[in-house]
Amino acid sequence: MSDRRRITINVNGTLRNAEVETRVHLADFLRQSLGLTGTHLGCEHGVCGACTIIVNGSAVRSCLMLAVQADGASVETVESLGTSKALSALQQAFSRHHALQCGFCTPGMLMSLEAFLRNNPHANAAEIREAISGNICRCTGYQGIVNAALAAAAEHRGAA
Amino acid sequence: MSARYFGAAVQRLEDPRLLAGNGRYVDDIALPGMLHAAFHRAQVAHGRIRDLDAADARTMPGVAAVYVMADFAAIAEGPMPPMAPHPLLKTPLTYHPLAVEEVHHVGEAIAMVLADTRQQAEDAANAIQVDIEDLPAVAHATAALADGAPHVHSGRDSNLVGTLRGGFGDAGAVFAKADHALSETFAIHRGGCHSMECRGVIAAPDPLAEELTVYTSSQSPYMVRRHLAQYLKRDESSLRVIAPDVGGGFGPKANVYPEEFAVALAAMMIGRPVKWIEDRSEHFVATTQQRDQLWTLDVAFTGHGRMLAVRGRCIHDNGAYAPYGLILPATALASFPGPYALEALDIAIDVVLTNLVPTTPVRGAARPCTAFVLERLADAIARHLDLPREEVRRRSFITADQMPYTTGMKARDGSPISYDSGDYTKALDLALAKIDAAGFAQRKAQAAARGKLLGFGIASCVEDTGLAPFEGATVRVTPAGKVVISTGAASQGQGHRTMLAQIAADALGVDIGNISVEAADTGKFPLGISTVGSRIAVTAGSSVELAAQQVRKKALEAASFMLEAAESDLEIERGVVRVVGVPGMQVSLGDIARALSGSAGLLLPGHLEPDLAATAYFESNALTFAYGSNACEVEIDPATGDARVSRYVVAHDCGCLINPLVVDGQILGGVVHGIGNALYERMVYDEAGQPLSTNYGEYLLPLAPEMPDIEMHHLETPSPRNPIGVKGAGEGGTIPAAACVISAIQDALGPGAPFIAEHPVSPERITQWLDAIS
Ligand code: FES
Ligand code: FES
Repeated sequence: MSDRRRITINVNGTLRNAEVETRVHLADFLRQSLGLTGTHLGCEHGVCGACTIIVNGSAVRSCLMLAVQADGASVETVESLGTSKALSALQQAFSRHHALQCGFCTPGMLMSLEAFLRNNPHANAAEIREAISGNICRCTGYQGIVNAALAAAAEHRGAA
Repeated sequence: MSARYFGAAVQRLEDPRLLAGNGRYVDDIALPGMLHAAFHRAQVAHGRIRDLDAADARTMPGVAAVYVMADFAAIAEGPMPPMAPHPLLKTPLTYHPLAVEEVHHVGEAIAMVLADTRQQAEDAANAIQVDIEDLPAVAHATAALADGAPHVHSGRDSNLVGTLRGGFGDAGAVFAKADHALSETFAIHRGGCHSMECRGVIAAPDPLAEELTVYTSSQSPYMVRRHLAQYLKRDESSLRVIAPDVGGGFGPKANVYPEEFAVALAAMMIGRPVKWIEDRSEHFVATTQQRDQLWTLDVAFTGHGRMLAVRGRCIHDNGAYAPYGLILPATALASFPGPYALEALDIAIDVVLTNLVPTTPVRGAARPCTAFVLERLADAIARHLDLPREEVRRRSFITADQMPYTTGMKARDGSPISYDSGDYTKALDLALAKIDAAGFAQRKAQAAARGKLLGFGIASCVEDTGLAPFEGATVRVTPAGKVVISTGAASQGQGHRTMLAQIAADALGVDIGNISVEAADTGKFPLGISTVGSRIAVTAGSSVELAAQQVRKKALEAASFMLEAAESDLEIERGVVRVVGVPGMQVSLGDIARALSGSAGLLLPGHLEPDLAATAYFESNALTFAYGSNACEVEIDPATGDARVSRYVVAHDCGCLINPLVVDGQILGGVVHGIGNALYERMVYDEAGQPLSTNYGEYLLPLAPEMPDIEMHHLETPSPRNPIGVKGAGEGGTIPAAACVISAIQDALGPGAPFIAEHPVSPERITQWLDAIS
């Protein structure tokens, strides 16, 4: 039960080396071992999306992946996007469009959208809604999130 | 004073931290030496605990302790104090922190394990052997009232807690003379809370100071302090309760929970910090839920379609305990007559126990239930008389010239309820105009051409907001020129910090970026009640206004002395008090604060009291009433029964808007919650009281692709009942939403369909109705 293994993960651009229990999921590893508490847990059964991070470029539910499965992978969490003093364009759009209330679903929303918009900069509202269909928000009714994503994508296209 | 911020769509002060992943929710807090708790919970809905064997659990890796209630005997005993006593509750129906002798619903905590990690604690909690004698369980409120029904609590001889009654006028006489009357039976289902952050508690004892600090994901940290202090027979000053960032509340987090007490007791026993984080499966069985209500109602009306009187009965499922007294059914009762000018009302609500998770307010409390039955009755009248649904409303509404309008009902304190202001017809007409009701027939035809059934729905509501008595606030200017607002009002995402800062910034003439807000920490502000019933803008908002105005006055007094100028010649701009028309004659608020902070040997300017600060407790002594009308369109796929809300328009009046961005967000989220209640959220139990929907595969929440873009329109009728003219906005979206969606589904199904008197409505159910027509 307390099987342990040594892993190396690139987390937000820094190589992290750690020994973990094989049963610990990636979200717990990030939160507890690395102190990256921006990644949240809302259901731990893969439905709510609060724990969404980017692993090797794809949005992944970190509650459904064991830390040992991420050995050798490159992981991005919400902490990689921007700081509270220098928010990313998507984060700023979230604030402008009131895309967050309690903020608990927000890191997962941001990471789902970050992964999606990188590959789909021309997405429309319906496609954005589909892209966050695996992220539950109880507070906002989703509308502000969709508007924020549309605005961030438009801004990105304008800048590119 | 010019309003730079009040009324403006100011971006939230809360956002940058939360967006950067720097929120500090309970589970983000780690204290040195902290142990993790897991609970062993009842697997049966009703049973007697015969024996508990924790021998194996105690020896498992990492386990520091296993506790049952008896282990706490040296510190405390007995059931938890009731939060909201009610005369009908002759003996309180509260939990023990850990169950003793009998369990009354699946999920009730029986024992707890403390271990080095949560995983170890869970392993050990699973290894605890509990021998429980099955007792017969009651899994439905109507079954609970049947002759010979098993008793929910073996020690109580009836499952009926009592009957709440309310009304006015002579219903019998009005029914006797009315042109028409109708009877309908309504079934409203219990859903859940489902804040994205589950509950969580950390208790940290300080052995030297004999203090206990509790972090809890709560809407009511001050209630937790009050009740825990009472239970522990300690003075409140030895407890500090903090609600850090809270990931959504929606009502259930307003309760004081057994886990909060158990974690505190365990921490005191073991002398180390203890953390418990509710997981989602626990949330389904241990966090309070919405309500099953079964209504049987008659409505009397004129041939012209004016609603005259409503009478009838409700069976209200209160679950296995009444942790929040009878607040929920009492709110259902007090929400009559909604927006309607009835001549008579006669309602009885039977409050019934079942062996299910207790029910307490969830967003809207039971106001959505009352709105649902009243709005369905209005639709039924229209159907009966073949009138447009909006006409029945126009002819039945309380009118603007009747304001203030005394409804005939009583508030919680027994005082008569009186609606303060508003124009209900105007809101309805606004919603109808904005959704283009006139163009609906054409849109329906277009949908029909695509093989879809389009329906049009409307619903209206009135919402009491700003519950008494107060949330106070201190406004203080520091020598650095910062403004710090302290309040007891807890937040779960409503943007209170921003809203309060906007009010203070205008009053003091400072930039909002200079303001910080500390809230929901009993160590920082002496008193607080609870964030419930859409009350914070009215209560804390008004207190901040009053306190900030006092600070302004004091600053001007001090500046007048320091600048040797008349107060009438002074103005405050951007944090600086200056003499109008004399450049350079100025002193900053920070300098004034420094002068009022005192220096050894120097007198304070103008012999003023020290501290550039003021505290105010605005007393909210009469409710303020928000209201609105919603209109929507629902498209049904007759092949599958799938119902999709395609358009949704809200016309809402919550008085003066402090921050339209935040108000819109509150209403949007509320509407989506109501759509979830109408179409998706179903908490299923079997006959034995076993919950069958305990994950998000089985319990469906509204998701982004299914939700419409919601269009929002505000009327702004200032409330005369507080200094800033506001009314609450937290629940006005939810209250009419389910009624509005069901009204549209009914319309889509056409005149041949049976009358819809229930929610949630599943695709299977819609298919059944369609089959019944064809
Ligand atoms: S916590 Fe991972 S999907 Fe919900
Ligand atoms: S902002 Fe609270 S759950 Fe999304």
